[in-house]
Amino acid sequence: MPPASHGPKPVPSRQGPAGRAARQLRRLGAGGISDVGAVVVPVAVFLAAVHLYSNELLLLNMLVYAVLAQGINVIYGFTGYLPFGYVAFFGAGAYGASLSIIYLHVPALLAVVLGGLAGALLGALLTPLLRLSGAYFAIASLAAAEAVYEVVSNPSLASVTRGPYGINLVTAYNQSLSYDAAVALLGLSMLGVVILRRSRFGLALRATADDATSAEMAGVWVVRERSLAWLISAALAGLAGGVFAWAISVFYPTDVFDLTISVFAIVFALFGGVGTTWGPLVGAVVLYGIYSLVGLSDPQYFQLTYGLLIAALVLFLPGGLGSLTRGLRGHFKGAPGGAR
Amino acid sequence: MLFEFAVVAGILFGVYYALLGVGLNLVFGVLQVVNLAHGDVVMLGSYLAFEAYYAWHLNPLWAVVIGVVPALVAGGALYAGVGPRLARAADPEMLSLVLFFGISQIIEALATVAFGNNQRSVPASSLGAAPLRILGERYPRDWWVVAGVSAFVLAALFAYLYASPVGRATRAVMSSPRESAAVGIDVRRVSVATFGVGTFLAASAGVLGVFLLGGVNPTEGVSITVTAFAVIVLGGLGNAPGTVLGGLVFGLATELTQTYASTWSGLVPYVLLLVVMLARPKGLLSKSARVA
Repeated sequence: MPPASHGPKPVPSRQGPAGRAARQLRRLGAGGISDVGAVVVPVAVFLAAVHLYSNELLLLNMLVYAVLAQGINVIYGFTGYLPFGYVAFFGAGAYGASLSIIYLHVPALLAVVLGGLAGALLGALLTPLLRLSGAYFAIASLAAAEAVYEVVSNPSLASVTRGPYGINLVTAYNQSLSYDAAVALLGLSMLGVVILRRSRFGLALRATADDATSAEMAGVWVVRERSLAWLISAALAGLAGGVFAWAISVFYPTDVFDLTISVFAIVFALFGGVGTTWGPLVGAVVLYGIYSLVGLSDPQYFQLTYGLLIAALVLFLPGGLGSLTRGLRGHFKGAPGGAR
Repeated sequence: MLFEFAVVAGILFGVYYALLGVGLNLVFGVLQVVNLAHGDVVMLGSYLAFEAYYAWHLNPLWAVVIGVVPALVAGGALYAGVGPRLARAADPEMLSLVLFFGISQIIEALATVAFGNNQRSVPASSLGAAPLRILGERYPRDWWVVAGVSAFVLAALFAYLYASPVGRATRAVMSSPRESAAVGIDVRRVSVATFGVGTFLAASAGVLGVFLLGGVNPTEGVSITVTAFAVIVLGGLGNAPGTVLGGLVFGLATELTQTYASTWSGLVPYVLLLVVMLARPKGLLSKSARVA
């Protein structure tokens, strides 16, 4: 395959699907190829990894966190709203999927989709929170997550949600299919972020994050675009929750409403760099990898490490790891500060 | 009878909740920083009370006094270190939120290393054993002691804010950092002092919280921060006297639901926080509150 074109030279039209594909790739340019790679490579790597590495649960958790980190990316990276209570959507998805398996007897894959829907519905319910800004939004979303947990796990609702006694989906358990679903979901989230980065919608979101008033003046319907990003982010977490519930099949409300899940997703996204395509995935793979090496036996040391990491990132590298590589690349290209 | 008990308990807890929130609110009012590590400092205060009682065989209330100097120094030093860097940032509010979130994780991890994962408590009898009988109801004595000490610390805080030169400067910075700087107030020094005072208030709330919050464990910080935030949102952000009202409303609301719908009482702080934030974002006393 020829490398991506470096200019606007018109490509003579050739017949056949291969020619058309090549033409489309050229039209997309180098960025297009790396965008396709951003979807295909992670999917291929995770599909292969499960055959090469025996700890499937670790890979599954990594996938789930990568999706959640991308969800944080969508809402925080593109709109500047940081939801500490993001886990609420994950839990809503887990419960949405589980309860639809238990009560509606739907196939598990459909249940995962319904889990995503549950996440989006909760997102719609919490849309008024977007009226708050900055820290207020972050804390209000945290309170909302705790409130949802209090409701779902409430003993008074045990006949509906099974309250604190948890969920058992052993009949729907399917190890390989649920893993593949998680991989597909990662691909979907990568695709979503790629589209967001290239589309008018993403541009409008970033304009809104920079300066909502100016964006509104320039014709961006700020409230609608922001709410849409919020719903997409909530649905991603809901889908992740649904896949997670299906894959582990026995869980308690404390497992899927654990604030640590929000914390991890945010840390992974910030570590890799929000607003980028690869950052959240790299953050999730690297940090969750480290966590599963050292963190499982001594979680407090891992917590200490990432606490220090966050503080250091905020103080010295506010753009995440991504800004480091961008800086280096700029250096090599002779960008400002580099040698000519 | 049940009702009277719940109301009195609500007031006692309310005074305590005011103390729990006021440090967070003071820091917010002066520095425009949401200190997400507030609850973790409260947690450390509780461990100080625990150590005072078990390791040093003191009345746990001494921990309030023991905590004064370390809290002032640690809080002031921390803010002196990170403050200038935050002030230079493009979006100081978001940055400080994430930074203090990181600091909260660090404190939680260190506390787990130091004290282990178990729930610890100090017996209520260390504050005097016999229950107090008032208006025909019996109340645990520690509730009254805690409310009394909380009221004392709050009174000391208001004396500091309204009668001392540093306190007056603090209130000036609360209303306008720029104008304060213009009339010659050292805003940076006031900020450092305020963070120290806020840290002490959190730690003293922790010493008392080991009784009213049912013990202490290293992971309780987040939920305490949310509770404190609910209290100060009720009273108005940046409005220190309003926090007392916020605490009382919060205490009454939790005690009344505890009495009449106990399974749902856990929901109260969060729902109150959300409702007030969305309906009256400037607090119940919105006229005197600052625009946040």
